[in-house]
Amino acid sequence: MAARSTFPAGLVLDAHKQQACESPIIELPLPTQVVLALDQGAGYSAEPVVAVGDAVAAGALVARADHPFASAVHAPLAGIIVAMETREAAVQGGRSLCIVIDGSGADRIDDSVRPVTDPASLSPEELVQRMRDAGIAGLGGAGFPTPTKLASARELGAHTLVLNGAECEPWICCDDALMRSAADDVVLGALILRRAAGTVRCVIAIEDDKPAAIAAVTKAIERLRDDALTLAVIPAVYPKGAERQLITAVAGVEVPAGGLPADAGVVCQNVATAAAVARWATRGEPMLSRIVTVTGSGVAHPGNVRAAIGTPLAALIAACGGYRGAPLRLIAGGSMTGRALPSDEVGLTKSMNCVLVTTRDDIGSRLGAVELPCIRCGDCASVCPAGLLPQQLLRAALADAHDALRRLGVRDCIDCGLCDYVCPSQIPLADRFRHARRRLLEAEAMANKAAAARERHELHKRRLQQAATAEQRAFDSVRNRARQPGDGSAGDGN
Amino acid sequence: MNLDAVVIAVLVAAALAVALGAALGWAAARIEPDASALVERIDALLPQTQCGQCLFPGCRPYAVAIASGAADIDRCPPGGEVTVRALAALLDRAPRPLDPAFGMPKSAQVAWIDESRCIGCARCLPACPVDAIVGAPRLMHTVITAQCTGCELCLPPCPVDCIELRPAPAVSRHQRRPCAA
Repeated sequence: MAARSTFPAGLVLDAHKQQACESPIIELPLPTQVVLALDQGAGYSAEPVVAVGDAVAAGALVARADHPFASAVHAPLAGIIVAMETREAAVQGGRSLCIVIDGSGADRIDDSVRPVTDPASLSPEELVQRMRDAGIAGLGGAGFPTPTKLASARELGAHTLVLNGAECEPWICCDDALMRSAADDVVLGALILRRAAGTVRCVIAIEDDKPAAIAAVTKAIERLRDDALTLAVIPAVYPKGAERQLITAVAGVEVPAGGLPADAGVVCQNVATAAAVARWATRGEPMLSRIVTVTGSGVAHPGNVRAAIGTPLAALIAACGGYRGAPLRLIAGGSMTGRALPSDEVGLTKSMNCVLVTTRDDIGSRLGAVELPCIRCGDCASVCPAGLLPQQLLRAALADAHDALRRLGVRDCIDCGLCDYVCPSQIPLADRFRHARRRLLEAEAMANKAAAARERHELHKRRLQQAATAEQRAFDSVRNRARQPGDGSAGDGN
Repeated sequence: MNLDAVVIAVLVAAALAVALGAALGWAAARIEPDASALVERIDALLPQTQCGQCLFPGCRPYAVAIASGAADIDRCPPGGEVTVRALAALLDRAPRPLDPAFGMPKSAQVAWIDESRCIGCARCLPACPVDAIVGAPRLMHTVITAQCTGCELCLPPCPVDCIELRPAPAVSRHQRRPCAA
């Protein structure tokens, strides 16, 4: 299937994928210790079900997902829980409650790990529930729990499942490597996800700069002979892999502002998530590992590594030959949307698709850059894939003008960072907008709280008034009775 | 040049001025500005802490006082500079600094009851302007954090000083439409 239409703007960025992509995927042996963040990147934490000192088997549940936006966490290795504390982690806010497991070296596997005998025999609801138990979360970068997304897609009647293999970030190639080496897993996972989401068809979308992955997936689809499973090759334009932009490119529909993709009849999942679902179905393995790109000019031999969730990043970098040159900054995620990490001791999370080590040569010039005034060149507006006006948004953000921010659609900003990238004045636009969204959220929460307080205060005053009136009435009646001659018992009221 | 035309033009202009002036004068006298609408708009800008630091018993009475000119706009420490600016814009006045006589702004806080020390006297219950304390005589009291405005009015009635103010919890990062499941 050819790409029908594309989103406005975007930019072709220089890819830096080749070196990491050439070498085969490194299978990293289990580390001696894992640090499992209970927030796996989606912003919500799982609830621990183990205590310090407990022995766990590989694949055992250590934290369950009570909140629909959290995902269950499992022990990737057999061992002893040695700590449970808030540590630095690769999540929003930089800290999360973490469970630390020391590997015992034993090969004990939890009883719950057994293959799903026949996924086709399970009802979609059962599939979703079993995936929730297995801690399946989106591996594309946001770490959003897959079962929650599938259930809401079912409810809203989505008809198309789009598997995201676009991978538009300039440095990341873990999905590319996965599709080349395990295209059959991706296709099998696609079928299970399609069934669980209740969609009629499934489209696997891949950018045209990945010919090997396209060939592998095409072959896998041909072997299957399923008319409702197709491949869409889309042009390699950043940020094609962003959910909304991908949906527009593949399905030709625009997701409404403030709505979910399912409102447009589409549900999006990453190809790596599909492969993880296949792994879960065939081996019974909950989400215990992922493939991550370890790259950047500060890494000796960039490559893709399959590692257990919770593996300290230092071990990943060591597997790729260690550091090289003068590493300056460690980034989780890509160069455009990634987040700087405090240290290489944090554990790998489900949402981390890339570990990028930058050196002074890459970003040194940018670090010393001074922000200059906006010259109104309009470059930011011409690249914005969400069709926003970053210049005007910047003015509103600096003035903290909430109505203007809302009207200009700051919430529709997808945080792709292209406006920063093209700005000749080096204004950190995306940062400003992130901050503005946060301010809006706080202002709205405060307004809601004030409205509730106003109402409760009115009720409080009315209640006190009623109580006072009732007391007065009781007092009056007692006094009246006391005044009546011959009634001795009424004097007690005084 | 025709003198009549000039005279007629002057007369017409004068007549118009008199008629419009009379209409405006009548409107000013008869159609009074809606005071309660102004109170509502002022009240909407106040933080609804109901703390009484402005020396009025709650936010709405203060709004009434501002609307009637009995109080200035610089008396609300919980609202801080933001509220003063918003009020100044609404009332078309120059913004002014908060009057320190009414207190200084603090970061958002909520009350917390040390349950090991609470004796269940129930004296803080009527003091709470938003009924955010749950409890009954000789039963444990606790604060509904989500509804506490941090007004500090529960502190003076407590005979054992078991209530303290803690920083308010941060707003949740996510505000997506709630999903199914």
